[in-house]
Amino acid sequence: MDAILLITLIVGGCAALSWPLGRYMRWAMDPSGTEGLAGWFDRLFRALGGPLTREAQGWKAYLFALLACNAVMFVLSFGFMALQQWLPLNPDGKEALEGSLIFNTVASFTSNTNLQHYSGEVSMSYGSQLFALMWLQFVSAATGIAALAAMARGLAGRSVFGNFFVDVQRATFLVLLPLAIVVATLMVLGGMPMTMLGAAKATTLEGIEQVIARGPVAAFLTIKQLGTNGGGYFGPNSTQPFENPTFWTNILSCSAILIVPMASVWMFGRIVGGMRHATILFAVMMALLLAKVGMAVACESAPTQAFSSLPVERECGNLEGKELRFGSAAGPLWAVLTTCTSNGSVNCMHDSLNPLTGLVPMVGMWLNATYGGVGVGMINMFIYIVLAVFVAGMMVGRTPEYLNRRIEMREVKLAVLALFAHALLILAGTALFAVTPWGTATLNNVGAHGFSEILYEFSSATANNGSGFEGLGDNTVPWNIATGMVMLLARYIPILLPLAIAGSLARKRPTALSAGTLAVETPTFGVMLIATILFLGALTFFPAAALGPVAEHLQFMK
Amino acid sequence: MTTRPASLFARELLLPALVDALRKLHPRTMLKNPVMAVTLLGAVLTTVAIPTSGAEWGFVLQLGLWLWFTVLFANFAEAMAEGRGKAQANALRRTRAETHARRLVGVREDRVVATELRKGDLVVCEAGDTIPADGDVVEGIASVDESAITGESAPVIRESGGDRCAVSGGTRVLSDRIVVRVSAERGQGFLDRMIALVEGARRQKTPNEVALTVLLAALTLIFLLVCVTLRPFGGYAGTHFSTPALIALLVCLIPTTIGALLSAIGISGIDRLVRRNVIATSGRAVEAAGDVDVLLLDKTGTITLGNRNATASVPVPGTSAEELADAAQLASLADQTPEGRSIVVLAKQLFRLRGRELAEPHAKFVPFTARSRMSGVDIDSPKGGVRRIRKGAPEAVNGFVTASGGRPDPRAEATAEEISRAGGTPLLVAEGKRTLGIIHLKDVVKGGIQERFAHLRRVGIRTVMITGDNPLTAAAIAAEAGVDSFLAEATPEMKLQRIREEQAAGRLVAMTGDGTNDAPALAQADVGVAMNTGTQAAREAGNMVDLDSNPTKLLDIVEIGKQLIMTRGSLTTFSLANDVAKYFAILPAMFAGVYAAEGQPGPLAALDVMGLHSPQSAILSAVVFNALIIIALIPLALRGVAYRPAPAAVVLRRNLLVYGAGGVIAPFAGIKLLDLVLTGLHLV
Repeated sequence: MDAILLITLIVGGCAALSWPLGRYMRWAMDPSGTEGLAGWFDRLFRALGGPLTREAQGWKAYLFALLACNAVMFVLSFGFMALQQWLPLNPDGKEALEGSLIFNTVASFTSNTNLQHYSGEVSMSYGSQLFALMWLQFVSAATGIAALAAMARGLAGRSVFGNFFVDVQRATFLVLLPLAIVVATLMVLGGMPMTMLGAAKATTLEGIEQVIARGPVAAFLTIKQLGTNGGGYFGPNSTQPFENPTFWTNILSCSAILIVPMASVWMFGRIVGGMRHATILFAVMMALLLAKVGMAVACESAPTQAFSSLPVERECGNLEGKELRFGSAAGPLWAVLTTCTSNGSVNCMHDSLNPLTGLVPMVGMWLNATYGGVGVGMINMFIYIVLAVFVAGMMVGRTPEYLNRRIEMREVKLAVLALFAHALLILAGTALFAVTPWGTATLNNVGAHGFSEILYEFSSATANNGSGFEGLGDNTVPWNIATGMVMLLARYIPILLPLAIAGSLARKRPTALSAGTLAVETPTFGVMLIATILFLGALTFFPAAALGPVAEHLQFMK
Repeated sequence: MTTRPASLFARELLLPALVDALRKLHPRTMLKNPVMAVTLLGAVLTTVAIPTSGAEWGFVLQLGLWLWFTVLFANFAEAMAEGRGKAQANALRRTRAETHARRLVGVREDRVVATELRKGDLVVCEAGDTIPADGDVVEGIASVDESAITGESAPVIRESGGDRCAVSGGTRVLSDRIVVRVSAERGQGFLDRMIALVEGARRQKTPNEVALTVLLAALTLIFLLVCVTLRPFGGYAGTHFSTPALIALLVCLIPTTIGALLSAIGISGIDRLVRRNVIATSGRAVEAAGDVDVLLLDKTGTITLGNRNATASVPVPGTSAEELADAAQLASLADQTPEGRSIVVLAKQLFRLRGRELAEPHAKFVPFTARSRMSGVDIDSPKGGVRRIRKGAPEAVNGFVTASGGRPDPRAEATAEEISRAGGTPLLVAEGKRTLGIIHLKDVVKGGIQERFAHLRRVGIRTVMITGDNPLTAAAIAAEAGVDSFLAEATPEMKLQRIREEQAAGRLVAMTGDGTNDAPALAQADVGVAMNTGTQAAREAGNMVDLDSNPTKLLDIVEIGKQLIMTRGSLTTFSLANDVAKYFAILPAMFAGVYAAEGQPGPLAALDVMGLHSPQSAILSAVVFNALIIIALIPLALRGVAYRPAPAAVVLRRNLLVYGAGGVIAPFAGIKLLDLVLTGLHLV
């Protein structure tokens, strides 16, 4: 009962708040005129950005600007982190980092993944945390929102996709920064540290000196949640009491995960001028999200298998790997929200979830579009939409159309390529590490659970999620290089291809609507879309799921 | 067509199709279809694996055989579809037996072989000659037997000038002599194109088919990835998955059902058109027909019967109805137009006035001309003097009355206006300076046409009536027939303009036409159906030709186009939905040994929800089901899925339920059944 209340509060609250935020994001990202406040900001951003912001970019130029800008982001952060031992804001005197770990970390934060093969409080200086990592948490999230705005403009039939340098400023300064200031203030009020002082030193009752890590946690955590980044200030992420002190900050953190991805759907709907269509998309994502939340919370209400023969209390669910402050329901709820949205922060250890509960976060990352990452979740959904529209369009006896433009060979080709890339990175990566010491030597578990650890790591990297199943010694050169490359490919391919599709559609002559046209704003289309997502996802990942969590579950059942 | 197979699986089609199925195993042919090419590769690899399979060889042999069958069934489906076209092509080809032509050079005639004719040559054809090539009649008039092409035995008239000047190579002149200017060289003529098309020899994939092929190929690639990575996954778990089992899984997962039937669906779409005597110049046109948003329909012949009928006579006060009818009948006796004849009949019905023989020199007929816009008769009256009776367009006859020294009757004009407004055509009848009254001619709207337009409206297609009538008349007929809008007093330019406007608004337009002046519009329209009776120019401009010259058939064409795409979509859904059951058959069989304790089935054996007999029978049942479903669906592919006009959302819901949900459930039952049969027969 408590669980249902908690879910309703967080998911329902976010859904309600996402509506006005979506409206605001449309105003901020795609202002309709040069009048008023929006126009004033527009002139400001153009003044700040200089000549780069003057170009009206088509999809190719926009994409090029996006990639170039992200490359610069990568290089700057890499440089900062590589030199952190000499740079300021290092009160605890952190040492130099290993090369492959820097590559992995920078790839991870540039790609909005935040897969962490390090522990922040151990390895990173305050400077690296703030100017390399937190800066990337803002701009990588802004990149995703900008890409969605551009794609939506293309689908609205505009051949000018905007200007990336303006969009990324709008997303950073008008959307993410104000939200972050509000949420971070609430977090500080909730008891989260926000300080530039070095680690606190305390003498315990036994007379031992204890070093307690702290720092600008509230600022870091807030953008970690809002920008679907997920990279924690501390190694244990939001299980650490400084990163998630109370039940109240836990609810606030969960909501901060969900709000911007949800609002992105409304922003998309407003830019393409199809709010009823956006409502169907929102409902489809909500249905899948709730199904996953329901399954995870239900599976987790049973105690862990290790206790099955012990005389222990069974009513409180599986508490292994959980913060007792939050109980057994808040963990799986967070686990689902964080994987459905490509966030990747955690408030419990996913490794300790019951096997079928552990399957749910993987499903979230395999589908990666049930709200998904900020901006990019909706972009991923677009791939499924193209395929659903293509098959459904044929079923009603017409050449398929989406938003008045025909889906033809080129669009289908680009869409399935994105789907294939997603499957390839997960399955081929897992296959490679499952049979080589690169993977097997780093496992702390054998059998199905060990397989799940490898599968989870590649799913997390590919979905740009960043959460870890843990139980995996992943700070090795092979893991760092492999997941680093996967994260970069999995970030830019699914932005590149949908933008190309939108570019191709924008060039087409719009077709007229009639009763014979497949309407994308009906519940029937919603059902078709859910079926498409589930079929494509299930058919691709069912064997892997069977050999991992499902096998583990059935082993316990016997 | 002369030979029409009575059933889908007629014996004369089956045998050649079986042979063709084998012939299509050629790698070059197979590569055109990525899904089936992968299946073929799987069949080859499985066959190669038989000798090394040890105790399992019997199972692998059966697996291999069924994989070969899968490929052959796909080829057979395509061969069946082509075979039906070929039978028609052969019938056509028979008429093309080596013909000679009489080429006209100046005034001299050369006897040459038809193949030597070039574009622009003049040839003479007399009664009994076969017309050697497509062309236009430039001199003379003849009755021509076109049954070779149309299957219609009644001869048609072809004459120089006007809209009936086109003749096709391979048809036969029955009477008289005509001179034909050759418009297409041998091999590019109408008949040649028809043969090539129905045979499917030069069949090119349509845009939607190409897009679907890409989707299917990509799905194949994804499933290949899934199956290939299973080997290392198994390696991690310490289980070796055998190559035949992985191939079986792959073939079951890749969309073989739609992959096998895709080209058959395309060919049969064209075939269904041919059966209704419509020849499309490309598959693309058939597909476009399914996308049409607007139909431009000529009023005459499509919406109304070709002729207008006299339905009432309205005399002016002071004249009796009988007097008017009598005069009108006299004026129409020599008028052989359907309208004229209907006036004679009306007079007979109303007043028992019989048609009379009026012989010259006592009577002089005045024929209708486009300039005078009236016709009539001058009769020597027994009382002396001449009765000059005229009927025609009110303005024209009024002119005649004025010229004869009378004054136009305003009351008759009022009646005429009223009739026009009601959609009729008023025919003013006058004798000398005296206006007698009005004959009401009425367009007769074809029976059942209203319902068809209502159907079209339900599927989102608008109908526009094109007519030369004035707006008042047009509006009335449009209302009666139930079209969505109309274009009155239409000229060919206006037609073209209207098409461009609709297209600019993003709509696809279909139209029919026959005259040379329709050619630009036919070329501009997305689907242009030319009437076979039309001119060569019109037939060249359109992308379909209706051999029956029945404009109403445009509606059938649209339905066939929709049905074609619908069949593709539905079978794609069905094919993918099938995979769920196949996973539940094959994966438990393959995974049974994973993480298994010694001598016990592993945990994943619990996924066998169907309770299949053994791992081998499970895999074999899935593969057999996968092969047999192709054969089972050939009739559906050739006939097309059931088409009922309904809005898109309704159609989607129905097809999703039948082919989506049905596609998930059916194979569970099918595979379980096959498992029982296979174990019952002790095959595994």
